[in-house]
Order: sequence, then structure tokens, then C-alpha cells
Amino acid sequence: MSAVPRTLFDKLWDEHVIAVREDGETLLWVDRHFVHEGSHHAFRKLDERGAALAEPALTFGVADHYVPTRGRPVIADREVAGMVERLSGNARQHGFRLFGLDDPAQGIVHVVGPEQGLTLPGLLIVCGDSHTSTHGAFGAYAFGIGASEVAHVLMTQTLWQRKPKRMRITVTGQLGAHVSAKDLALHVIASIGTNGAQGHALEYAGPAISSLSMEGRLTLCNMSIEAGARCAMVAPDDTTFAWLAGRPFAPSGAGLDEAIGRWRALASDASAVFDRDIVIDGDAVAPTVTWGTSPEDALPISGRVPDPDAIVADPARRAYIADALGYMGLAAGMPLAAVAVDRIFIGSCTNARLEDLRAAASVLRGRKSLVPGLVSPGSSLVKRQAETEGLDRVFIDAGLTWADSGCSMCVGMNGDLVASGERCASTTNRNFRGRQGLGARTHLMSPAMVAAAAVTGRLTDVRTLPQLEA
Amino acid sequence: MQPFTSLTAPACPLGLANVDTDQLIPARFMKRSRADGYGGVLLHDLRFDEQGEPRAAFPLDDPRHAGARILVARRTFGTGSSREAAVYALWDYGIACVIAPSFGDIFASNAVKNGLLPAQVSDADAETLLALLAGGGHLTVDLEAMAITLAGKDGSGQPQQRFSFTIDPVRRLQLLNGWDDIDLTIRHTAEIARYRSERARSQPWTFPEAAEETRPDQAVQAMKL
Ligand code: SF4
Repeated sequence: MSAVPRTLFDKLWDEHVIAVREDGETLLWVDRHFVHEGSHHAFRKLDERGAALAEPALTFGVADHYVPTRGRPVIADREVAGMVERLSGNARQHGFRLFGLDDPAQGIVHVVGPEQGLTLPGLLIVCGDSHTSTHGAFGAYAFGIGASEVAHVLMTQTLWQRKPKRMRITVTGQLGAHVSAKDLALHVIASIGTNGAQGHALEYAGPAISSLSMEGRLTLCNMSIEAGARCAMVAPDDTTFAWLAGRPFAPSGAGLDEAIGRWRALASDASAVFDRDIVIDGDAVAPTVTWGTSPEDALPISGRVPDPDAIVADPARRAYIADALGYMGLAAGMPLAAVAVDRIFIGSCTNARLEDLRAAASVLRGRKSLVPGLVSPGSSLVKRQAETEGLDRVFIDAGLTWADSGCSMCVGMNGDLVASGERCASTTNRNFRGRQGLGARTHLMSPAMVAAAAVTGRLTDVRTLPQLEA
Repeated sequence: MQPFTSLTAPACPLGLANVDTDQLIPARFMKRSRADGYGGVLLHDLRFDEQGEPRAAFPLDDPRHAGARILVARRTFGTGSSREAAVYALWDYGIACVIAPSFGDIFASNAVKNGLLPAQVSDADAETLLALLAGGGHLTVDLEAMAITLAGKDGSGQPQQRFSFTIDPVRRLQLLNGWDDIDLTIRHTAEIARYRSERARSQPWTFPEAAEETRPDQAVQAMKL
């Protein structure tokens, strides 16, 4: 009479159920709620109802989306200053902890949460930002919500959800040298498509995942939203626990030991069943770049820009590719490694943690960037640590701009933009039209690949550069 | 929230796939307050060129589709950023229903919370509808029957063709009834309080250190409004 085997996700779900409605909608408890400057619509809804914030101590604010990355603490743009001030005002009014512009731990919300130990295994974490899936790297149930849902969480610390289906991606083998979690993420999205994980809670498993650092797991879970996943996760293990020890908001001492005992039991039971179960060969993942205007438009760097005329069977697909190539200013059939770039960006919650900056710096050390570029660390603490290690000098000596932390050129809300028609090699997560600025052409890739593009002025297989440090 | 039962209105064939929320409303317009209206910036960079002039070929600004309240698009509509402003832009423009073969998850959820119907059809039906609407036309979208009918160019006359659509049953009920989640949640106040104290007891680390100082029944207080 053993219990029904459950997946990691089943366990996370079960643990948060408060009530189930007849129609199957389930009321879930929210352990952590992150808000940012873009959450103003939700606070307005709260004020309209005259409601109080239900759990100020479980609510954390981060100034990231609109903050300037240069010239701080001055905010030159009046509208932007207003957005940042509105968040501070909400924090004061409702009494929640804010990592504001002047806080030494300020940074991008999905970098700050893990860094502070606010993100823990077993938690349900939400934020009005789709890349909240990032936090699932710790074995948490984390997902992005819209403004109406943010308002609901502010007022009740709960959320109505329907249980998504369960999906597992097992990555066999090991990623090769200079092949990173970002390459794996792009490879997965290209393999299954932007709809590939639609309606599913996605768990990553397998030897290539176990050997990923926490930074790598964060990158992978971050990008999973681009495959349509509702959330993504990796079962917590010794890598996770080691990373958490000593973080400001994480449990410590006996409390940590007790928590680890609970967290170990979260892993999917051996015989648990997934609605979809796919296997990816980790050994076969190459450095990968995008060529189009959707993250699924990704190919190994050795590939060529697709030719719409070669697609006979699917006129909609043919039209889509032709249109994307038009926007991107690319010729069908040209080798990806021949595509010249105008600038680079290293930043965002996808790839601006310390490991990412180290990877980029190891390529740039002693080299010059042929194009201008911006490096914005994932958090102010990452920035300080990078400076302690001298990484800032590597970037500056290469001719790049070393900036403060924020969402910056990932979304351009703070005015850090790629000019129209310019081509940017970027460590971010979305190559949508206009994402980095009106008419901007974005190619997504890993930090090492962006660094390689910087030193050659074109998309480049980082493995072909001579004298790389291991 | 206003209930959605049935709508007969001009429908615009937006023959695009992967219309992400960055397209529906570019980030630079998101500083504005809702009171200023988001309709004017819907799909802004597709509708207007870099000088701000309307692009002639864009369906939304084609006089044959004037007054559209229904949009028909290809797959993966509303993918990407969780910005609910994407729904505000559609709604403020006048769109109350989007018909497409698939939707971004967060978008669909945001849509329903604002009374906008995301109606899912097969790829083939989306193609048929796009072709039928090319020169303009009205559709009737009946949420009760989960059916779309072509209502003729002026909205009158015999229904010419019928398509069925799908929507998650819970979302359908919410739209039909115009339910607001918070009203439903308040009925569970006591269960929430019970859950909270049990969680604080069994897994205290889920409440970060400073947190236990705060009023333990705040969730309940907030909901007793
Ligand atoms: S860096 Fe980009 S993806 Fe990450 S939270 Fe900021 S805007 Fe969103």
C-alpha cells in the first residue's frame, strides 16, 4: 500500500493547496511575491479597493526594469524617475522590503531573489514578470503572472490556478567545453518550439543537468518560458544546498538542516509518470545562436540562415521565415558565422550572474572588442564581486562599457536601446522585433559567444578562438 | 468584470503568427497610466513606421476592417512578456475577442481577467477565417455554444459558415459570469488563515527571519474588507 508516485511538481503543487473549487480551480498559497516598477497597475487596483497588503513580510520589491545603468543615483529621465519613485512610495505605504536604487543588494529581480536566499526549494514564488520561471532552478514552483493576479496576491497572498500537465526533459551526456546552459536552452527551444512546453510544468533531469552550476540551472529555467512552459524546475540537490548556505534570508544552522531534510524529499519519485517525457542528447549541443525574431529560430553556429524557398510544404512557415529575414536584414543561405554585428550586450536575468561575466571575460581578456557594447551585471553585488576579481578591467580594456545593474538593454525600458537597423549579439532572452529598441536586430547567445562576437565583429564559434583559457 | 456571452462585430484578419506581447504593446509605452488609454499604441510598431506614419498595408487600419472588435491571428498569439498592458491595449482599442490556434499562457489568463475572450480554433479554421475575412466581414462569437459564425459583410443575413472553438472550461465560466477572482477568494478566508498558521509551524523557514514579527493574521484582515 505505497503512496502514488509523484513528480517534483506534484509535490510542490500538493503542498500549496488551500482549497479546491468544484470546477477544479485550486487556491494556492504564495510564499514569495516579488514586485518591481512595472507592478504599478496592481498597486493601483489595491488602492482602488482600499485594501491592505496581506503579507508585507513575504513581499519584496526590486527596482530593476526602469533604473538607469549609468550616472546613478541621478535619474535624468523624468518619467523613469517617476516609475522608480512610485515603487518606493508603494514600499513605504505598504511596508515591504525594497531593494531600491540605493540598496547595495539592488539588481534584477530574478538575480536578487536567489542571491539573497529569498528563493528556496519548495516555495511557491510569483512575480509580474514572465521570467519568474528562473527561480525554479532551486526546485521551487515559480511562475510569472499578470497585473490582475499581482493585485490578487497583494490582497490575499494566494492565487487561483489549474494544475498544469507535467513534462520532463532529460538531458543525457555532458555539455562540451564552452557549451553552456544558454546553448542548451536555445537548443531545447529550437527542438520543441515556442509551443513545445505549452500548458506544462517542466522538470529538467539527467546527468547534464546534475552537473550544471546553480547559475546554469537559473539560465535554463529562465529561458523555459520561451518554450511555452508554465514553469520550469530542477530538483534540489547538494549543489543547491551548498549555494544557499549563508545567504541572508536562507535558514541557517539547525533550521537549515531541517529544511534540507524536507527539500531532499522533493525529488520526483523514481516511478513517477510525466505527461510528456523527452530526451535530449547533451553531448550533441553546440554553441547556438538565433537568426530570426523568435527564440525558437535558433541553430548551431556552424549552420546557415534558413532559406524560405526551400520550404515547400508549409506556406505559413515560408512566409514567416521570409518576413523574419526581412526584419533581420539577413540573406537566405548565408553562413551564420558570416553575420557581422554592430554591438554587443552582456546582461539580463538570463546571463549576467558572476559565472556569466567570468565566461565572457575569459574570452575578452587581452583582446579588443571590434564593436561597442554594454556590460550590465545581474545585480549590484555581482558588480562588486566582479570588480574585486578585476573583471571590470577586462571589459573596459576591451573597449566595452561597464555599467550598473538593471534590466537595461534586455527590454530597453530605461533607455538603453539598440538603434534601429543595428545588429546586437546579446545574452538576453528575447529576440522579438523591437524588443531591444525599435527596429533593433537581436541575436541571442551565451556570454562566451557574445564575447567571441565582440572580438571578431561577427557571429563566431567561441571554440575556434585561439589561446582560450580552459 | 463585464460578462461575455455573445458578440457580433466586424472582425479583422491579422494574418500573423507569434504576435508576442512586445508587439501588442512595445515596452516604451508602458510608463503611461491606464487612464490615458492604451488603444492608440496597440501593435504600434507594426501599424506605424518609424516616422509615426500609418503603414498602408496593416489590416487594423484598413477601412474594410474599420470598427473591428474581433481579431483573427495565426498560432502563438500573446506569447512572451507577462505584461497585462497587452490586454489593455487590445481592450482599449475595442477588441473583445481574439481567435487563434494557440495563445501564450499568461496572456490568455490576463485576457480572461479583463473580459477578453481568447478563442482557440484549429490551424485550418484559422486559415479559412483569415481567407473569408480578407475583404471585410462580421463574425458572431457565441461563448455559450463555443461557436463562431460568419455573419455576412454587414452583420446581417444568414450565417454562412460555422466553426467551433475551444476555451478552458473554467475560463469560459468566468467570462460567462463576469466573475472577479478576489470576490471568490474572500469566501476562503478561514481556510487561508488555517493554511498559513500550519505552514509557519511546519516549515518556519518559508517565512524569512524578519517576517515572523509581522501581524500573523494580516491575510485575513486584508480580505475582510
Ligand atoms: S532582465 Fe529582461 S527578462 Fe529579466 S526581469 Fe528584466 S526585463 Fe524581464
